[in-house]
Amino acid sequence: MKPKILIIRVAGTNCDSETARALEEAGASVQIVHTKRLIDRLLDLSSFHGLVIPGGFSYGDYVRAGAIWASKLYSKLMDEIVSFADSGKPILGICNGFQVLVEIGLLPGLGEFGLRSISLAPNDSGKFECRWVYLKPNGSNRVFMKYYTPDRIIRMPVAHSEGKFIASNYILKVFEERKLILLRYVMPNGSPAGGVYPFNPNGSYMDIAGICNVDGNVMGLMPHPERATYLWQYPDFTSKIYGELEYAYGDGYWIFKSMCDYIIEEII
Amino acid sequence: MVKFKVRVEVWLKDELVDAEGKTVEEALKDLGYDVSGVRVGKVYIFNVESESSSDVERVVVDICERLLANPVKDKYFVSVLGHEV
Repeated sequence: MKPKILIIRVAGTNCDSETARALEEAGASVQIVHTKRLIDRLLDLSSFHGLVIPGGFSYGDYVRAGAIWASKLYSKLMDEIVSFADSGKPILGICNGFQVLVEIGLLPGLGEFGLRSISLAPNDSGKFECRWVYLKPNGSNRVFMKYYTPDRIIRMPVAHSEGKFIASNYILKVFEERKLILLRYVMPNGSPAGGVYPFNPNGSYMDIAGICNVDGNVMGLMPHPERATYLWQYPDFTSKIYGELEYAYGDGYWIFKSMCDYIIEEII
Repeated sequence: MVKFKVRVEVWLKDELVDAEGKTVEEALKDLGYDVSGVRVGKVYIFNVESESSSDVERVVVDICERLLANPVKDKYFVSVLGHEV
């Protein structure tokens, strides 16, 4: 049986198709559905094994990126989403999806951290940052990151205006201690970006690019793994010789593959 | 119930870089104006049905905390502009 994964969308979502293709490549059976169909109870969230909130500019980023979509989910579907997460099923939020998970409080987690403990603020550069970045993954998360060996540095593109991760020193300390930081911006040689632009493209505290909840099954990240699923999506693809390519897929693919593996091993 | 007209201002907290404000400041300097400390905020104006002016402030603070501002990065100011007689 294939993992059944739901991608939800609203007006302004624009990464749903690419994300679906990446998930299908990783072995999932994917359905893209407008959030209203869930709100109208035309579809049952619990019949899926995984949920992805994709990137885009939901409702024109009005108020704050992700805020309006989050209000709809929070007011109409929160019970279903919380029980989906509590059952251990994976939820992945990419870019705008990450912003939504933060706005509804699913990241870092409602139980312990409450609704408002972190924020994705406007980039320090004051502009939309669309560029490839180097990232250091934390392979200790088995749901999304199991394919990343400890010393591996990966590349994915970011594309956002509001991606500066901010939180209090206390929250940052808790994140570090509990290994909830899954992706960090680094220099090309793998050393910490240390806030240096453009390696850290937005000014994120502690170079944070992606995090998970305490249980590890809800992840949010600003970079776009679906845009780094195939090697031919990489800007330097044509300058590489096939023999030099270490992996059959792009770095982002392995997040989707890991998610599908986890569903097959633990959920189905 | 009385219909109150309210005004909400939302600003990035002072300790955070306001990149939009800096960009505007730069442009104003290009035009020859001697400006500094430019910050950009949002203003919302709306009506709220409520029983008293103290109650309306409580509701609007709730509105700010839930949607209009993220207290981690934003500060906000609420003012009640008036009400229907």
